[in-house]
Amino acid sequence: MSFRAMSLGLAAATMLAGAALPAFAQDSIYVPLFTYRTGPFAGSGTFIADGMHDYLEMLNQRDGGIGGVKLVLEECETGYDTKKGVECYEAVKGKNPVVVNPWSTGITLPLIPRASVDKIPILSMAYGLSASARGDIFPWVFNPPATYWDGLSMIIKFIGEKEGGLDKLKGKKIGFIHLDAAFGKEPIPLLQELAKDIGFEVALYPVAAQDMQNQSSQWLSARRDRPDYMIMWGWGSMNGAAVKEAVRSGYPMDKFYAVWWPSEDDARSGGAGAKGFKELNWHAVGANFPAIQDIQKHVIDKGLSKASKDKVGEVLYNRGIYNSLLIAEGIAQAQKLTGKKVVTGEDVRRGMENIKLDAARLKELGLEGFTDQLVLSCNDHNGHRAAFMQEWDGTKWVKISNPIEPMTDRVKGQLDAAAKDYAEKNAGWPKRTEACDKAS
Amino acid sequence: MDMLYKVFIEPFVFMGEAPDLLIQTLWEGLVSGVLYALIALGFVLIFKASGVFNFAQGIMVVFAALILVGLYEKGVPAFLALILAAVAMLVLAMVVERVVLRPLVNQPDIILFMATFGLTYFLIGFGELIFGGNPREMITEQLFLPQGTTEIDALGGSIRLQHLDIAAAVIASIMIGLLAVFFSKTRIGRALRAVADSHKAALSVGISLNQIWVIVWFAAGLVALVAGIMWGARSGVSFSLQIIALKALPVLILGGFTSIPGAIIGGLIIGVGEKLGEFYWGPLVGGGVETWLAYVIALLFLLYRPQGLFGEKIIERI
Repeated sequence: MSFRAMSLGLAAATMLAGAALPAFAQDSIYVPLFTYRTGPFAGSGTFIADGMHDYLEMLNQRDGGIGGVKLVLEECETGYDTKKGVECYEAVKGKNPVVVNPWSTGITLPLIPRASVDKIPILSMAYGLSASARGDIFPWVFNPPATYWDGLSMIIKFIGEKEGGLDKLKGKKIGFIHLDAAFGKEPIPLLQELAKDIGFEVALYPVAAQDMQNQSSQWLSARRDRPDYMIMWGWGSMNGAAVKEAVRSGYPMDKFYAVWWPSEDDARSGGAGAKGFKELNWHAVGANFPAIQDIQKHVIDKGLSKASKDKVGEVLYNRGIYNSLLIAEGIAQAQKLTGKKVVTGEDVRRGMENIKLDAARLKELGLEGFTDQLVLSCNDHNGHRAAFMQEWDGTKWVKISNPIEPMTDRVKGQLDAAAKDYAEKNAGWPKRTEACDKAS
Repeated sequence: MDMLYKVFIEPFVFMGEAPDLLIQTLWEGLVSGVLYALIALGFVLIFKASGVFNFAQGIMVVFAALILVGLYEKGVPAFLALILAAVAMLVLAMVVERVVLRPLVNQPDIILFMATFGLTYFLIGFGELIFGGNPREMITEQLFLPQGTTEIDALGGSIRLQHLDIAAAVIASIMIGLLAVFFSKTRIGRALRAVADSHKAALSVGISLNQIWVIVWFAAGLVALVAGIMWGARSGVSFSLQIIALKALPVLILGGFTSIPGAIIGGLIIGVGEKLGEFYWGPLVGGGVETWLAYVIALLFLLYRPQGLFGEKIIERI
C-alpha cells in the first residue's frame, strides 16, 4: 500500500469514527475526569483519580449507568498544571460534558467565569474559591461539603477547645505552612482575620512548588519562631516531605494539623515519629461499605481499575468516591427533575442544587455511615458541613473527635464579602438568571 | 531607618543571640550544598566531555532512584537492586551515546542541548509508564543508611544532627573524591581531559569519542544514583525531585560549567547562602526567598567572574 493510499485510508477511518461519535453520545452521559497521575502532585492525584473513576465505572457495570444511561468516562491528564487544565477544559467542552471536576484550585479559578457561558457546571469538591459557595452569585459552581475557610475555622476551633476556649488562643502563635500557590493561599485572609479577632499571632511559611521536597528552611524557621501549633495546607509531595521534616526538626507532632489532603502514605513517610499528626476529614476510611464492596466485585476484580488493591479504602481513594457520589447524585436528581434520561450540563446544574444526601439515601446507595448528610440548595452550593479530626497512630488514621462545625458566625461575613467583591471586580459578572427549583 | 535596621543589624544581632540556630542553619546549608554539588557534578562531567549541557540530569536522579526502589519492591535484595540500578544507568549511557549523541556529532551545541530536553521528557514518560506517578519511600534501612538524630546541647540551645545528613555529606564527599582521582590519575580520566580540551586533538591520538561519552554518561548516571538515594532518603522519591536538580543551575553559574572543585564550592556557597538568606532575611518579605536567592547569589558572583569561580576563561578572537 502506498503512503498516499494509507493516508487516505486513515483520514477516511478518522472521519467515520468522528461521524459515529454523536450517535453514541445521544444515548450516554459524558463525564470527563480531570486527573493527574503524573508529575509532582501524582502522589495525591492518583488515588483520587482511581476512586472517582472506580465508583462511576461500578455504576456502569452494576446498574448499566445512572437511570439506565451509560456514563462515558474520559480522563484528561492535567499534571495539576493550570495551563494544561484549561486545555483539558477546551478539549472536553464540545463533547457536552455534564460536569467538570478541575481537581485544582488553580485550574478552577480561570474556569469559573467560563462555566456560565458554556453552561457546564463546575464541581470543585472542598477546594477552589471558597466564596463560590454562594449559589446566588456563582450558580454554576459547587464546592461541597465544606470550603477551605470552613476547614480552617474547624481547625482553629478544635485547637481552641483543646486550649480551653477560643479566647485562650490569645497570645499564642500559629504557624501556617502552605503551598505557595492559589490553593495554599486561599485560607490566608480568613486566618489573618481570625488572628486579629481572637488575638493570636500568625507565622506564614510558604513552600514553592519547586521546593516541596526541600523544606528544611521552613522547618528551621519554625524552630526559630516556636509556633504553638502548625497548620498545613499542602498537596502532592509537599505533604509527605513536611511530615518528614517536622519529625526531623523535632516539632511536636500532636500540635501539627492539616486540612483534609494528606494521605496514609504522607503520614507513613514520617515513620514512627509521625504519630499524633492530625488532619480533618468528613468521610470514612476503609472499604467496609456495600458500595465499595461492589467496586471491588464489579471493577477491581474484573481488571477495570488502575487502583492497586491495598489502596482501596484509603483516605484519598474514598475522597474520589465521595466526589463521584456527588456527580452521580447530581445526574440522578437532574433525571428526576427533567424527566429526561440523557441529561445536559444545564440539567445537572439544577440536579446538583437539589442534592439531598440524607441517611436513608446513603443507605440506599450502599454508603450508610460513610459520611454526614449533605443538602445543597439554590443559594447554598456548599452545605458548610462539619468535619472531624483524625489522628495518625503510626499505621492508620483514627477518628478522634465528634463532628466539628465550622465557625459560621465568623466565616459567613467574610465569605459573603469575598463573593460580592469577586462579582464587583469582574466587570459584567452576570446576575443570576437561572430559576430556582421549588425543592431547592 | 527601621527597614535598614531590619536588613543590616537585626539578623546579625539574632545570630549572636541564638548561636545554636546559626550553627544549625549553617549545617542544613552545608548538607543541602553537598547534595546540590552532587547534582551539579553530573552536569559538569558531561559538559566537560562533550560540551553538552545535559538538561536530563535531574530526571536521571529520579530515574535511578526509582529503578532502585522499584526493583526492591519487586523482591530483589537491596544491594543487588543497587547494582542493577547502576547497570541500568550504564545501559542508559550506551543508549544515549548510540541514539542521541552519535547521530548528532558535529551539530551545534544548541542542537545537543535540545536533544537532552527531548531525553528528559522521554525519561519522564517512560519512568511514569513503568513505575507510575506515586511517590515511593527510599529503602534507607535496607541500604544500611543510618537513621536517628544526635542532639547536642551547646551554645545556649541545641543542635540537631541527622545521622542521615552526616552520611549524605560523607558519601557525597567520598564520591566526589573518587571521581576527582579517577579523572586525574587514570588513563581514561586523562583521555577525558584531552577530549574536553579538544575533540579533534583527542581523536588524532586515537581516543575514542564514543567510548568516552559512554563512560562520562555512566559516571553521571552513578552520581545521579547516589544523589537520588540521598535526596530520596531525606524527602521521598517522586518526580518532583527533578525540579530540585534545577538548583544545580546557580551552582554551575557560580562554580563554572567545567570545574569539579567549582561544583563543590559552588554547591556549598549556594546551599549555605540560601538557608541563611531564607532564615534571617526571608521573614522581611514574607518568606519564600530561597527559590530565587540562589540565582541572585550566582549572578552577583558573575558580575566579578563571568566565567564562574573556577570556570575557564574563554577569549575568542572576533
